[in-house]
Amino acid sequence: MTALTEPLGYEFFVRALAASVLVGLVCAVIGTYMVLRGLAFMGDALSHAAFPGVVAAYMLKAPFYLGAAIAAVGTALAIGWITRRGRLRGDTTIGVLFAGMFALGIFLFSTIPNYVGDLFGFLFGEVLGISGDDLVALAILSVIVLGVVTVLWKELLYSTFDPLAAAASGLPVAALEYLFLGLIALTIVISLQAVGIILVVAMLVTPAATAQLLAERFSRLMAIAVVIGMLAPIGGLYLSYWTNTASGALIVLVETAAFLLALGLGPRTGLLRARRRTAQT
Amino acid sequence: MTSPHPDHDRHPEPVRLLGHAGDVAAPEHQHHAGHTPGPPLSVWLVDVSVGYDARPVLEDVDLQLPAGSLTAVVGPNGGGKSTLLKLIAGLLEPWGGTISVLGGRPGEHARAMAYVPQAEAVDWSFPVAAGDVVMMGRYPRLGPLRRPGSRDHAAVAHALDLVGMTAHARRQIGTLSGGQRRRVFLARALASQPDLYLLDEPVTGVDNATQEDLMAVLDAEARSGKTVIASTHDLASAAQHFRSIVAVNGTVVAQGDASLVLDSDVLLRTYGGHLLFVGDRAVVLDDAHHHDEAPGGEVHHHEGVPDRGARRP
Repeated sequence: MTALTEPLGYEFFVRALAASVLVGLVCAVIGTYMVLRGLAFMGDALSHAAFPGVVAAYMLKAPFYLGAAIAAVGTALAIGWITRRGRLRGDTTIGVLFAGMFALGIFLFSTIPNYVGDLFGFLFGEVLGISGDDLVALAILSVIVLGVVTVLWKELLYSTFDPLAAAASGLPVAALEYLFLGLIALTIVISLQAVGIILVVAMLVTPAATAQLLAERFSRLMAIAVVIGMLAPIGGLYLSYWTNTASGALIVLVETAAFLLALGLGPRTGLLRARRRTAQT
Repeated sequence: MTSPHPDHDRHPEPVRLLGHAGDVAAPEHQHHAGHTPGPPLSVWLVDVSVGYDARPVLEDVDLQLPAGSLTAVVGPNGGGKSTLLKLIAGLLEPWGGTISVLGGRPGEHARAMAYVPQAEAVDWSFPVAAGDVVMMGRYPRLGPLRRPGSRDHAAVAHALDLVGMTAHARRQIGTLSGGQRRRVFLARALASQPDLYLLDEPVTGVDNATQEDLMAVLDAEARSGKTVIASTHDLASAAQHFRSIVAVNGTVVAQGDASLVLDSDVLLRTYGGHLLFVGDRAVVLDDAHHHDEAPGGEVHHHEGVPDRGARRP
């Protein structure tokens, strides 16, 4: 019991818990639409694209949220625009911009004379070091993202499922697509401190992918994703505390374990499938 | 990525674009149509051309369809059937010509229009139940923030009932048969209570019972004054179930009543070298699709069947 309560005595641990649970919630909601839209790779691209923004913000002594948001949202809109106008496949555009932006980040990083620990944290996550101010900023951004989805969940759902029919019946499908790319970018900015650039995509995609194995209705899919997204950081942080290992990596590993569990036991893919089938008949 | 929604701001009403054809005669349009005897025109295209990238698909299209018409768009694969429907739906920007749909620009009266894409365009593993799909037809009129209310649920229930899918409302769409999926998508169109139906291959590849049921529903909608435009591969079905025919192959080859498809000259101009006449039977050779049974008077060959000896008579 003390193993559970002891870390709660540390303010940094409680802050980290609050931050990562909030991140898990926002990522699960946005990730649900992402996997249904086939945009999993976009999450990886935009998180890497945020890197030069983070480095530039550090160099200019600006808040990292600002730099990351500008770089990620800018790249998201550029990907959308180039794909629509340039006659390139979406994954091609993503591949080009993703690598280009990350290279820009490494270049900027290499111009800084001395080793900078803070920046290293953004690559692999440093949620245990999150400050009170960062937590407030994170909460505000989370409210914005969740608010937009609350207002437009129907429109996003219809334009994801059947964009042609949605557009024909008057929904602004193109605008919704840009808006959604912007929401992904903001979500990544929110998540950077928790799990870092490299692992953000897991926070976005894994809970929704796990839920896809278990749910056949959209509302249930999102509910399961949210539960996994909010519980995994709790498990991950405790494991990290007990074993004194990387927190971001453990959050992602807990989510991955949940996915494998669902894969093994789920109604469509799992080992129990055959038994259930026979029980039903 | 999806087709862009047209940028309405750029077009005066009705749309008038100067395309390759140069000086297009602008029709004195919808106002006019309303005053002429007979029902008003739902769809009016004058000298319209459209394509993808630099490749034209339809050129010099002239078409008039009155309200209450039940029209089949027939023609070979790649002939422009789907493109014509997307054009009317406002999903494609015309290169030139003038289009009026329900008295406005394409897309202007979008909420009075229901478009049903081809079955191939849909991700059937998507986590929605049949009833959820039908409810989507209500989303555009609900607008952001508002949740479906009792009127929406009633409209969905009525639409599901009309297509005989009430019992399957809670099934995930991918678990339904091909015919049941088409029923659900028609129900979504019905639930949106449109004035204009644009249906891309609504009865392709479905069993006869489904075809009869769905066509009966569409027939009733047309009789109540709604305009129904559906593309189809199936000439026999077009002649049997529709009251007017538009034959399309790069342009509108012919427009007329249902007997049009029995006119060998029209068939020849629509299907060109892909048509083989055997006695008085027209055999369309290039259309790959599935039927549970080949309709009388027409034989369809499936993809992969070699095009041996297919020549004009």
